[in-house]
Amino acid sequence: MTPTSNWRQPEMRVADLRARLERLGGTVTFQIWRLGFASRFLGYLLLHSGTALRRFRLTVAEIYFAGVLSLVIILVSGLFVGMVLALQGYETLQRYGSSEALGILVALSLVRELGPVVAGLLFASRAGSAITAEIGLMKATEQLSAMEMMAVDPIARVVAPRFWGGVISMPLLAALFSAMGIFGGYLVGVELIGVDAGAFWSQMQAAVDVRNDILNGVIKSLVFGVAVAWIAVFEGYDAPPTAEGVSRATTRTVVTSSLAILALDFILTALMFTGGNGK
Amino acid sequence: MQQSKIVEISNVSFGYDPAVPVLREVSLDIPRGSVVGIMGQSGCGKTTLLRIIAAAYLPTRGTARVLGTSTRELDRDALYAMRRKMGMLFQFGALFTDMSVYENVAFPLREHAMLPEDLINDLVMMKLHAVGLRGAAYLMPTELSGGMARRVALARSIALDPQLILYDEPFTGLDPISFGVIVRLIRSLNDSLGATSIIVTHDVQEALGVVDYVYFMAAGRVIAQGRPDAIRASEEPFVNQFVNGRRDGPVPFHYPAPAYDADLELAAA
Amino acid sequence: MNRSAIDLWVGIFVAAGFAGLLFLALKVGNLASFSTAQTYQVHAKFANIGGLKVRAPVKSAGVVVGRVSEIRFDNESYEAIVSMNLDYAYQFPRDTTAKILTSGLLGEQYLGLEAGGDGVMLKTGDRLRLTQSAVVLENLISQFLFNKAAEGKEAAK
Repeated sequence: MTPTSNWRQPEMRVADLRARLERLGGTVTFQIWRLGFASRFLGYLLLHSGTALRRFRLTVAEIYFAGVLSLVIILVSGLFVGMVLALQGYETLQRYGSSEALGILVALSLVRELGPVVAGLLFASRAGSAITAEIGLMKATEQLSAMEMMAVDPIARVVAPRFWGGVISMPLLAALFSAMGIFGGYLVGVELIGVDAGAFWSQMQAAVDVRNDILNGVIKSLVFGVAVAWIAVFEGYDAPPTAEGVSRATTRTVVTSSLAILALDFILTALMFTGGNGK
Repeated sequence: MQQSKIVEISNVSFGYDPAVPVLREVSLDIPRGSVVGIMGQSGCGKTTLLRIIAAAYLPTRGTARVLGTSTRELDRDALYAMRRKMGMLFQFGALFTDMSVYENVAFPLREHAMLPEDLINDLVMMKLHAVGLRGAAYLMPTELSGGMARRVALARSIALDPQLILYDEPFTGLDPISFGVIVRLIRSLNDSLGATSIIVTHDVQEALGVVDYVYFMAAGRVIAQGRPDAIRASEEPFVNQFVNGRRDGPVPFHYPAPAYDADLELAAA
Repeated sequence: MNRSAIDLWVGIFVAAGFAGLLFLALKVGNLASFSTAQTYQVHAKFANIGGLKVRAPVKSAGVVVGRVSEIRFDNESYEAIVSMNLDYAYQFPRDTTAKILTSGLLGEQYLGLEAGGDGVMLKTGDRLRLTQSAVVLENLISQFLFNKAAEGKEAAK
């Protein structure tokens, strides 16, 4: 038996590299094509959202499944995030004698960033994956085809209400997250650690601007809501109609949504909280 | 407008992937009021043909005329108007799992007919009674057996009194009793509604007992057609093998493989 | 879960969401103070505004009486023009002084108003004549060094 040499002929190495580049290029092109498909899907969905908005009952049911059922995780997480912020914040602030700025720290962190982002991530993993799984399974069990055969547009009847349910729920959940977080910060900061309650609230009120901070936070959560809802319904609708296909689609929803939220957060923060203010 | 032929397929060719044809110049007609069976091996194209009739896909070549109009000429509104006159039963029922049996059957009524609630109630009960499941009206689809789910789906597909009913493998996975029930229901509903039914299946014996005419397909072509008796007595090799369930014939038992000796270790020694 | 129960829960959810937003706006943010008050606008020119920003508070005797609305550069006199909105409830005499002060040692800069004694009050569009610019650190340091150098020369004589 001749020993196989690890040294490959130069031509073979080039061919190898070329094959790998082609595969990579193929993947990238495929992703770009998919993005285009997803955009057309979104356009179609928006055009045919009439049913979802006229028969609001359908959307209300979806707000229940996406929003109300996410309340527990959002409120509990918000509370804990606020409490941790207060603990960590106090640690650092009291070293510079600024422990009275704790309220500002907790409030601004939550309202500007943590509220929309963390609530968005939690929403993507709980409600986003559920929506993807639901639509994917309906596709796999031919329920969407059956609806199509009964002359009812499944995108208008099934997909659009879920999209709008997600978009409407997201800002509300982010606001509740922030509110709960500030309350948690108050509990730890004032009740537990002993920061002055008056200083806590008054400094916070002086520093948090409704237009700049709170409104921007709401805008962020709306953008995240659109992104997560879009990804969730698209992955569900596009999932291969098999058990494996649906499970992969749910994973993709969570991963893509999370990345999208973080990327959009960077872009929005750069637009909102720098540039505009410092003049 | 009375059409003597509800469906006219003329030289239809189609492939999901343009390079791989699934249907090759298929021509067939479905006369009004009849129950027609389209049979063949798995993968012969019969389900695809059904989808072409339902206008879910357009033929690459040739025309499919359904209920008087070519499917190519349908815009979205006309397509939906045509589909309201059709009913389709999917292989495993495809009931909406988040709604009760009642809501499933009421779905087409609610979506398309502006009817008061009590009228919808009457219609739903009538349809469920026709399939024998009026008592199961408030169960959820997950609580039904396969046969019952299939019957509910059947009730749903006739909710709007369609002129054309399509059945995609309606007998798959049913126990003998449910089987017999569905077979008899197909016939009785077709006659009482004055509709036309097309059944795609490979359950030969039972189907031959209920249909008026059969089209046999293999590899995307119609290779035989005729009334059930003629098919049963057919000398055509493929039909013969299919109808009698013979192990060998045009469809070989052995998948193409190298010589047996070569695969067994004995030959090498 | 029947229709009415779903409706109820969604209603509670949406109401709670709005309550959360309201809480944030009122108790956490500064919506309650200021945005609904009627204001009048006056201007002031400064040689150097330092770190003064738009929306900085205008205080008199330590109490917030207005906000800076606009900061422009006058290309003719090469000075900064600061416009501010003062609460209608507070009237100031025409010879009020405007100073740019720092809150705390290294804190945010704000505009301080010290009332003069003139009988006539400021009207919308008036300009405050007496101003004191911000203290710029570099000028302070060079002044300090200059003073030190001057003292040195004195002692050396």
